[in-house]
Amino acid sequence: MILPQSVEEQLKELKETLKLNKAQMEKLRKIAERQYEKALIEPGEAVGVVAAQSIGEPGTQLTLRTKWLAGATEMTVTQGLPRLIEIFDARREPSTPAMTIFLKPSYATSEQRVEEIALKILEITLDDIIKEIDVDLLRMRVEIELDPQKMKKFGIKEKKVHEIIYEEFKTAKITTGAYKINVKPKDEDIDIRKLYKLKVKLRAIHIGGIKGIKQVLPVKHGNNWIIKTSGTNLKEILKLPEVDIENTTTNDIFEVFSVLGIEAARNTIIEETINVLKNQGIEVDVRHIMLVADVMTNDGTIKGIGRYGVSGAKASVLARASFEVPLKHLFNAAVSAEVDDLRSVVENVMINQPVPVGTGLVNLKVEKKEDKKK
Amino acid sequence: MANVFLNGKFIGTHKNPDKLIKEIKEMRRNGSMPSEINVSYYNDEDSIFIFSDKGRARRPLIVVKNGKSLLTKEHIEKLKKNEIKWDDLVKEGVIEYLDAEEEENALIAVDENDITPEHTHLEISPIVIMGPQANMVPYAQHSLSYRITLGAKMTKQSLGIYATNLPVRADTDVSVIHYPQVPIVKTQMYDLLRVENHPAGQNVIVAIMPFEGYNIHDAVVINKASIDRGLFRATTYRPYKCEELRYPGGQTDTIAVPDKDIKGYRTEHAYRYLEGDGIVYPEVEVKPGDVLVGKVSPPRFLSSLEELRVGTEAQRETSTTLAHGEQGVVESVLISESEEGNKFVKVKVRDQRIPELGDKFASRHGQKGILGLIIPEEDMPFTENGIVPDIIFSPHSIPTRMTVGHLIEILGGKVGALKGKSIDATAFQSINEFELRKMLKEAGFKEDGTEVMYDGRTGERIRARIFVGSQYYYRLRHMVANKIHARSRGPVQLLTRQPTEGRAKEGGLRLGEMEKDCFVGHGAALLLKERFDSDRAVIPICKQCGLLAIYNKFKNKTVCPVCGDDAPVTFVEMAYAFKLLLDELKSMCIYPKLNLKPKY
Repeated sequence: MILPQSVEEQLKELKETLKLNKAQMEKLRKIAERQYEKALIEPGEAVGVVAAQSIGEPGTQLTLRTKWLAGATEMTVTQGLPRLIEIFDARREPSTPAMTIFLKPSYATSEQRVEEIALKILEITLDDIIKEIDVDLLRMRVEIELDPQKMKKFGIKEKKVHEIIYEEFKTAKITTGAYKINVKPKDEDIDIRKLYKLKVKLRAIHIGGIKGIKQVLPVKHGNNWIIKTSGTNLKEILKLPEVDIENTTTNDIFEVFSVLGIEAARNTIIEETINVLKNQGIEVDVRHIMLVADVMTNDGTIKGIGRYGVSGAKASVLARASFEVPLKHLFNAAVSAEVDDLRSVVENVMINQPVPVGTGLVNLKVEKKEDKKK
Repeated sequence: MANVFLNGKFIGTHKNPDKLIKEIKEMRRNGSMPSEINVSYYNDEDSIFIFSDKGRARRPLIVVKNGKSLLTKEHIEKLKKNEIKWDDLVKEGVIEYLDAEEEENALIAVDENDITPEHTHLEISPIVIMGPQANMVPYAQHSLSYRITLGAKMTKQSLGIYATNLPVRADTDVSVIHYPQVPIVKTQMYDLLRVENHPAGQNVIVAIMPFEGYNIHDAVVINKASIDRGLFRATTYRPYKCEELRYPGGQTDTIAVPDKDIKGYRTEHAYRYLEGDGIVYPEVEVKPGDVLVGKVSPPRFLSSLEELRVGTEAQRETSTTLAHGEQGVVESVLISESEEGNKFVKVKVRDQRIPELGDKFASRHGQKGILGLIIPEEDMPFTENGIVPDIIFSPHSIPTRMTVGHLIEILGGKVGALKGKSIDATAFQSINEFELRKMLKEAGFKEDGTEVMYDGRTGERIRARIFVGSQYYYRLRHMVANKIHARSRGPVQLLTRQPTEGRAKEGGLRLGEMEKDCFVGHGAALLLKERFDSDRAVIPICKQCGLLAIYNKFKNKTVCPVCGDDAPVTFVEMAYAFKLLLDELKSMCIYPKLNLKPKY
């Protein structure tokens, strides 16, 4: 019998620590095999229904509304039922994207260094470092006055700002002075509206840091420091040399999927679900959540639980029709002459036949005389 | 500058809001402005709100000026001599009505002795703080407001004698208690509403102690002997109506004993209580299915076929029968004419309702509970004096709900019973708990109301002293006899062949989707199938086209409407609802072909 790798490793460890001989080892292995077999789910167990009930029942106890903790240093993250729905529906973007960035041991212990890194990561736009920005209607240009103090705080040089603006607005005529920048579009027909648009555009120019990271917060985590962020950009963060790639995560499942692949996305679903439930003081066996995550990711993409995801992908027409928008499914099935093999639970409940689950799965087969002859 | 609003509309600003409000109030009091006007000032918004429109709840208060009530002794003297009236006091500005907004700016004293210079008003009586319903809760000042609300709500559900012309009334589904009593512990509202004329409960001896778990979770245990003596005994009246309707074409119903050859004729047995005119006679005991008024109606559809029939054969039986699950005695029969001038019969059936397990009882403090056990008097605990309680109430109902009024009422009831007088328990002006204790002590009892009790079954002394006293209890209108329901077989719906819904239609208890999921979760496939077998049907299916076929039972022949007489037809067992689904799919122009193969 093949045992899982982790069990094999444990056996090996036991063999070494207890110095077991071959006969003892064999005995131990047999016990392990028996235990393993006992722990396996029996054929015909309705794992899906049990998983759904095991997650659904505690779900009724979750807080319906997102809680905001006033004045707390933690950043607000969607919690409770709204977050759970978000995960299982496989929404493209979480309502509150957030990252937990772990750092390599050499950086993680010093608060000062972690803060430096945090400031380096934080997305800085022109808006963050200016004292004033105005539209000069007389000379038809946008005047920017930089704030030296703010620039010092973020460690940005004036020259760099100039370079970025030159790069971004090649078509504009730019004059620079001491902490002053004037941008004048070269176009002949500039009107006021265009000028105001330019002003908005200028404010949002990306000056430094990593795009998408809107807030950073160094937090003590055991002996080490970690950085919590609101806003996420996993791809860029993982490129940083200071970052501990193995532990750093984001709560954006689709981002994990595109950066690290489907297995990582599956683990993120599991992790996020457990966290939501744990925060509310509810414990659900991981295996139920694992099953849900498996179903959501088993075809290599992330599918939500619902009409456009898992339920919509059911093989049986009747099962799909009994869930939502029956007419659509029935007509489409009629057009393509679909055949329903009545292999699953819902269809069999509908026609009142034993459901192929549990005791309904097994059948006695009578050996007929004609069969014997063959 | 304060903003001034009249009936919610902005009308201007004013420099000195205090002065403006003072002047308006002054004018209202001296009669130069209508008394319906109310003014209020919002400090945080610096706005004055003046209201004169309809639909505001207002309540009367005595005006207080410079720490003195304007209602003087002379006023009271004059009122007593009937020289002045209420309206005169309002006109004089002694009493004014405040709405909810102006009340926010007022400081109201409950007692005249409490008045300080800051007070603006004085309550006429603490009674006007609450409405009549809430004022019927004794010692309301000792309980939470929510419990008082519940107490008031349950007062409305209590059984009593609600009218004095009961014999001639025909209300739908009402109950009347046999021996209602005036409460020992009562509020002033009882006198104002003249509750003595139509009381709605009984004074019972209550012991607060657990009883073998039979009064767990708010249940109560009641003494069997008390019930035998008529405690909370009630009668339910239910009128049955029957009208001779007129139909287009000059046909009418006829109230009579139906002929035997009429369509839908019951058994002769069912009509046995009918007199010659087709109506039951009074004081007969009727059971479900017994006909109260015999009636015959003309055929529903006039077809050429039925016209050919002879005599009464086409007529239908539409008698009024006693409803399923009911029983009783015919109280009275009323024959009259309806609005349209048709003959109209009302039969009032009465049924005695002796308290039984599951009936609902409540004190006046929102402490409702269900009868959990009826025990013989000899098994009841008793006191040194031989007092046996009528009701045993669970002590666990007290701490979380904090209905202290409930406990004080028991104390008051005990004092009242001993002294032979009623105890005033009006909110904020009731007899003090300490006075009650004093009086109890004088009567030779322990002042905290507890007594040594003995277990009726063993005769042993109960270790703890038990709190016993007299309390006013209601019997509420929710009785098991009207609610009990079970079904094994019974009527089905015409369309789906599934069991009907609801107690009145002898319906089934639905095994819903989530319950189904539990069966699936347990893997109990065959049990699940059995539970859903209620609309099982064996239906002939054509093997060739996969559609429904026809089975002719008389000729024992099968026909497929598509493939003809020779088509191979098999019988398939399925839910009738699924057959309906197939029919509906066909009506949608979808061809639901069934591919049949042997199961094994």
